[in-house]
Amino acid sequence: MSDTEPRASETTPNNPPTPPKKSDPIEQRDFANPTINIIQSASRKASTSDLSSISRESTPPPLPPRPKNLGLLDSRPSTSHSTAPARPQLVSKATTQLSYSDTNTYNNETQSDSHSSGASRPKNYFGLNFGSRNTSDVEDYASMRSFAPTEVGIGDAESMIGELGGDREKSLLRSLGHRFEDQESESMFPPDPQFEEAFKHEFDDIPDMEADGSNEESVMLQWRGKLKHFLILSSAGKPIYSRHGDDQLITNYIGVVQTIISFYQSANDTLRGFTAGDVRFVVISKGPLNLVAITRLPESESQLRTQLDALYMQILSTLTLPSMERMFATRANYDLRRPLQGTETLLSALADGFTRGSPSTLLSALECLKLRKSHRHIINNTLLKTRSENLLYGLIVASGKLVSVVRPKKHSLHPGDLHLIFNMLFEAGSVKAGGGENWIPLCLPGFNNTGYLYMYVSFLNLEHPTKQMQERPQSRSGDGDEVAILLISANKEGFFEMQSMRNMLVEQLQINGSIALIRDAVKKGRPRCTDIVPGTPLRHFLYKSRGNVQFVMPGFEPAFADSIERRRLMNLYGKLHVQLHGKPTSLKIHHETSTTYISLAWTTPLFELYCVAPGTTSRAALAQAANKVIQWVRMEEERVFIIGGAVF
Amino acid sequence: MADLGAPAQPKPSSSVKLVLLGEAAVGKSSLVMRFVNNDFQENKEPTIGAAFLTQKCNLPTRTIKFEIWDTAGQERFASLAPMYYRNAQAALVVYDITKPSSLTKAQHWVAELQRQASPGIVIALVGNKFDLASPSGGEGVDDVDAAPAAEGETNEDEESIDARRVPTKTAKAYADEESLLFFETSAKTGMNVAEVFTAIANAIPETSLKGPRGVGGQTNLGRQEDARVNLTGGRTEGPKEGCAC
Ligand SMILES: Nc1nc2c(ncn2[C@@H]2O[C@H](COP(=O)(O)OP(=O)(O)O)[C@@H](O)[C@H]2O)c(=O)[nH]1
Ligand SMILES: [Mg+2]
Repeated sequence: MSDTEPRASETTPNNPPTPPKKSDPIEQRDFANPTINIIQSASRKASTSDLSSISRESTPPPLPPRPKNLGLLDSRPSTSHSTAPARPQLVSKATTQLSYSDTNTYNNETQSDSHSSGASRPKNYFGLNFGSRNTSDVEDYASMRSFAPTEVGIGDAESMIGELGGDREKSLLRSLGHRFEDQESESMFPPDPQFEEAFKHEFDDIPDMEADGSNEESVMLQWRGKLKHFLILSSAGKPIYSRHGDDQLITNYIGVVQTIISFYQSANDTLRGFTAGDVRFVVISKGPLNLVAITRLPESESQLRTQLDALYMQILSTLTLPSMERMFATRANYDLRRPLQGTETLLSALADGFTRGSPSTLLSALECLKLRKSHRHIINNTLLKTRSENLLYGLIVASGKLVSVVRPKKHSLHPGDLHLIFNMLFEAGSVKAGGGENWIPLCLPGFNNTGYLYMYVSFLNLEHPTKQMQERPQSRSGDGDEVAILLISANKEGFFEMQSMRNMLVEQLQINGSIALIRDAVKKGRPRCTDIVPGTPLRHFLYKSRGNVQFVMPGFEPAFADSIERRRLMNLYGKLHVQLHGKPTSLKIHHETSTTYISLAWTTPLFELYCVAPGTTSRAALAQAANKVIQWVRMEEERVFIIGGAVF
Repeated sequence: MADLGAPAQPKPSSSVKLVLLGEAAVGKSSLVMRFVNNDFQENKEPTIGAAFLTQKCNLPTRTIKFEIWDTAGQERFASLAPMYYRNAQAALVVYDITKPSSLTKAQHWVAELQRQASPGIVIALVGNKFDLASPSGGEGVDDVDAAPAAEGETNEDEESIDARRVPTKTAKAYADEESLLFFETSAKTGMNVAEVFTAIANAIPETSLKGPRGVGGQTNLGRQEDARVNLTGGRTEGPKEGCAC
């Protein structure tokens, strides 16, 4: 999908200019005036698709050069599986909903070898015979022109080309429908080498600048090549945190950002964000801090705000609000990096989670380990039974998925707080790598941002639960089987009390068989779509239960096994999410379609559902599949969600 | 994992509470990881809060179970430190031989321990990252060559093999003055790591030893003292004797 639409416009000299609908000015207006969103959303809805799959025309095709006079040819992907970094927004424009579903239905029927008459191009189109391919392209072009709906024809020539490109891709796809069906693991998104390349290096460290400045240029280039930056600075302009680059490197940028922020502030205006070229800036000011996100990923302002909020919460979690304010009260240009020392890894783990794409953050919801209701009930009761006097919250967590919680009646757990804890335990290596048991002072800002709680953490060795786990898998690869017991107390001297509760708890869980059940559930992992609904065309979905503030999803495998595919899936979810949540009007149902996928976002007072299927799927089939997921969740509700939990 | 050579008849065992203190990034967690897991990790992430680990150490006549608090060295945790050293019988105060400021910090910790910890606490001063010193420089106590390097900041950008900035004799002199055990170690190569713990085990006054179960807060002295160990030679070089590492 479209990853970084704006980028395309930057580097695409020989492509048709972006059609008005997608142009940057509109993006800018999004920031300037939220009401624009209404219009945009509405029009997007009407037009089926979206800002979603913008092509990366910019991408130079690695294969033989092709005629430059047809911009659309350049956008042709070189690999066979992906049909084209099409410009779906154009597709949608050209195509009415009706024609869309027609096409789709048709595709479904022709999944076998026979292909549609509409697909007049030779079947061996993807045979990589470029000579003939070009010829056929031209033919396509010509034949497609006549297909173009007249109303679109009125538009300017360039958008016309875009239309054609889109339609053409669509019919190409049609002819290849079976391929997509068969090859589950093939990309759901058009290839985008430039994005892939950037993403591959996104998490690489930037080397230090040499003292003599000899590598300055390459360092700067790497810095600018990052898809995403997070900067945190004090309102006095002192750098506090940057995801990429050392101080020396970011000083200039901090200066610029600071200047811009104070410019707005002096005008009694608060800068919220802006778009410059292909880059989106979002700033939030929180007391003495300014937090900045700079992204080339397709993320909305509000999504970026949520991310910045989480970083802010992480800082509060380290310092507490009053103590941070005290630090700045004594000296406005206080260097906050000192008291934050050692937590950069937590901030970076959060930041990288956002850059990789985090369903939990997107939905502001938690994921639970799927267990039978009666099994979870036993675990809950065991927690209650072994609960120690000074326990505030007790949690059992399997690699970021909640297994069970025990909590006081009057305190619920804030998902943002849990996210910080899960980030610390399962994403950042600090606690994991240390070994042994841990006693961690932390502030849970959602619970109370003024004081510390103390968290006892012990990772379980599921095979030998009573043994202390001394060594844990260091890499994230082992993350499926990390189960941690977290016991949170307000008593800072409570370590040994919590430790003995842990020992009792684990002993009981072992006796009553719960450890084995947890181990099995963890080993099983997330189900595949096809385990959930046999034969479903869905490749992935997110279902959020609004009432429980929890979500459930299938595994990313096989369709989104690698991190790039996953990121693209999250890009798509992000866009769908915007459609449902764009203020002030929100849609109830939104479709988003490209040549390679069709997706759906659906919200009701009870749930939000986002799902994606190959482009060959008809709307009707997609809707049916979505309904099946909802039925499944309804049936499994008390297994996939923790309802109520153990309360004392 | 520790009891490899355990005799049929269990030796008397006692537990020793030990706390690691020192500036962030000097290698406290790495020393513990070497001692407990015999493992080392480059670019280890900083400790958050404190970690509690246990490891047994087999001495000829008894088994010592270390209950180790590995604290985070960051400033903001400083106020929590007393909680960890309050009942400790031993402390490992660690500095980084490539970073003079970390020795200063270590000296502060030693002073604080001498003021606030239990009077009998055994303190070992440990200069870590020995592997970063050049083979010629600083191995001996009278290490003349290392001294100039200690002052020179110019070394930093050179392809210098010797990153040592704290001469052995400086630290050793200070340790002697304060009656501390003293070792230079490398968590990376494992050099002297077991020795530090063994030396501590041998240096714990027997009156402060207690059963392995006395994990609680109270200092509950001298419970099972049958197994007397000759502690007079406390600071033995004790190379790996029995220590399970
Ligand atoms: N070369 C070298 N590096 C070490 C040694 N011990 C620790 N380190 C490194 O120093 C850094 C800080 O170590 P760590 O154990 O986290 O220090 P702590 O903050 O005192 O616990 C890590 O990157 C370690 O890999 C050592 O003996 N030699
Ligand atoms: Mg540490």
